[in-house]
Amino acid sequence: MALEKIITVSGTGVLVPGSDIDTDRIIPARFMKCVTFDGLGEYLFHDARFDPDGTPTGHPLDNPRFTGASILLSGVNFGCGSSREHAPQALYRFGFRAVIAQSFAEIFFGNCATLGVPCVTARAEDIARLAAAVEADPATEITIDLEAREARWPGGSFAIGQPESAREALTSGRWDPIGELLEASPLIAERAATLPYLAPTAA
Amino acid sequence: MGQSLFEKVWNAHAVKTLSNGQTQLLIGTHLIHEVTSPQAFGMLRDLGLKVKFPHRTFATVDHIVPTDRQEEPFEDPLADAMIRELRANCAEFGITYFDLGSGHQGIVHVVGPEQGITQPGTTIACGDSHTATHGAFGAIAFGIGTTQIRDVLATQTMAMSKPKVRRINVDGELGPGVYAKDVILHIIKLLGAKGGIGYAYEYGGTVFDNFSMEERMTVCNMSIEGGARCGYVNPDDKTYAYLNGRPYSPKGDAWDAAVAGWKAMASDADSVYDDVVNIEASDIAPSVTWGTSPDHGIFIGESIPDPAQAASEEQRVAIEDALAYMKLGAGQPIKGTPIDVAFIGSCTNGRLSDFRETAKYLKGHKVAAGVKAIAVPGSQIVAHLCEQEGLDQVFRDAGFEWRAAGCSMCLAMNPDKLIGDQLCASSSNRNFKGRQGSPVGRTILMSPVMVAAAAVRGEVSDAREVFGI
Ligand code: SF4
Repeated sequence: MALEKIITVSGTGVLVPGSDIDTDRIIPARFMKCVTFDGLGEYLFHDARFDPDGTPTGHPLDNPRFTGASILLSGVNFGCGSSREHAPQALYRFGFRAVIAQSFAEIFFGNCATLGVPCVTARAEDIARLAAAVEADPATEITIDLEAREARWPGGSFAIGQPESAREALTSGRWDPIGELLEASPLIAERAATLPYLAPTAA
Repeated sequence: MGQSLFEKVWNAHAVKTLSNGQTQLLIGTHLIHEVTSPQAFGMLRDLGLKVKFPHRTFATVDHIVPTDRQEEPFEDPLADAMIRELRANCAEFGITYFDLGSGHQGIVHVVGPEQGITQPGTTIACGDSHTATHGAFGAIAFGIGTTQIRDVLATQTMAMSKPKVRRINVDGELGPGVYAKDVILHIIKLLGAKGGIGYAYEYGGTVFDNFSMEERMTVCNMSIEGGARCGYVNPDDKTYAYLNGRPYSPKGDAWDAAVAGWKAMASDADSVYDDVVNIEASDIAPSVTWGTSPDHGIFIGESIPDPAQAASEEQRVAIEDALAYMKLGAGQPIKGTPIDVAFIGSCTNGRLSDFRETAKYLKGHKVAAGVKAIAVPGSQIVAHLCEQEGLDQVFRDAGFEWRAAGCSMCLAMNPDKLIGDQLCASSSNRNFKGRQGSPVGRTILMSPVMVAAAAVRGEVSDAREVFGI
């Protein structure tokens, strides 16, 4: 299965400030009652964007200045909480193609990688610098360059972090592992044969 | 040099090293439920693939089931669509499904062990972050995302980076009224909600040796709240005794062979760990959370943290934010905080021993006026066993609603939800903002006995005082 090589991601950005933004925040559980992921995007950050009575709170995502942003900026431990892929899917379907944060929760990070959405880390002061540039001019074009390991925009740049395995998977077009997993079919059968509990009669 | 159980199980299930350096890991047991699987089946169909090992795939319905009125169609059309989709997928691909009418339905992490599907030395995956629960049996059990569910359905394997292993010893004796829930809340508080990132947690020490299987499950269940990829306890005689005779446990000669194999999988006495943490059991007291992260824990006698005394700016902001959401005062005692709802259930604390232990103290008490209290068994079997012992009556007499099995108010994808900013004393595992169904609802995590104490007093209380434990 040939996938696109993801080497750079470019677009405008938006800052969603805060630490420990969990998956229930990103997509509240009540919006996960769906049998497909289509349509999840509109509920992204729903409870932060709207009061219980449905009044918009003035969240950055609803600020027309940042409409169309595809790079999300945030704080520490972004995406903690549940393993459900609804959160990365909601981000993706809203239009985000990359996230820059100080750190990420592990399962969320992996789920994003499998969607071809790079999650890269940066220092708080660097993210603040970029956020200030975006605030001053929301049209600021940001490029995340996975090969050069940096994020840059017309006014500056900074180093980004990413585990080598994730970087390699994205840049070589192997971010969705299904092709490689399927290829190993004979090895899977061999391995399974060594484990008695996998025998079809075990149940 | 000895190996840990994690190492042995990993090696026994490693298929190959992938080009990105990750391991292709064979997943022996795949558990699925209605919320995270339908999209994966959709992806499978899009790719024209089949379920590779349907006989190693087991399904139940738990998150969206109403716990009061269960006739179908459900009132909520989305919930109804989800259960029908799961049923259809299981039928199409030949997957064993513990449906509502089976008598065996329940929360996936309660059903696996009680059916004997969960076994030592195996790998288990489920599209649910609390899959680590199964680690109580010495299984390596991972919560996975929908794309990984697709991978496991299609290939019975998934790509994974090997985590490090941290051994957590809890030694000594727990005081009266101190439960497994308090142990895990204490561990998470000590190591932080992110402290386990990149690790598998191996729990051991005399406290775990003495724990029942259900207590071990309570601790392993919340490994993810500590950031760990999975958590487990080495199998021992209690493990084998629990599994013996269960529907999916090996029988006859196969049983003896299986037990021998399981014993060999346990961590060697001289196994080396990437990190070791030692905790004194006597340091642990009944615990509650005050904030919006599971590491926001304190002992019942302690005060709510004051942001002014935070160790860092980052922490100060986090505490302020959590307190503003929880509407709790900095530096105030947590004891005495009025509650609106009491919830006993979930895959953390919704098993027979939880209801038994709680009923023991609840008997003869009444839920305080104005408190809505619900008890939700983790499975139909748990419900049945409780009802056989008359535990349901104890809860009902006290003023609890006794419900049918499901996840219920743990994450409120069914009709059981907090309203407005209600504060819930909850035996579940997550106190995230909006977790219990109201965007501004508030959750205080604690053991089931502590929930009962809070229900009786109408405020967060020390169960040891309320019940004279
Ligand atoms: S009880 Fe709660 S944590 Fe457990 S599986 Fe259900 S929703 Fe998830």
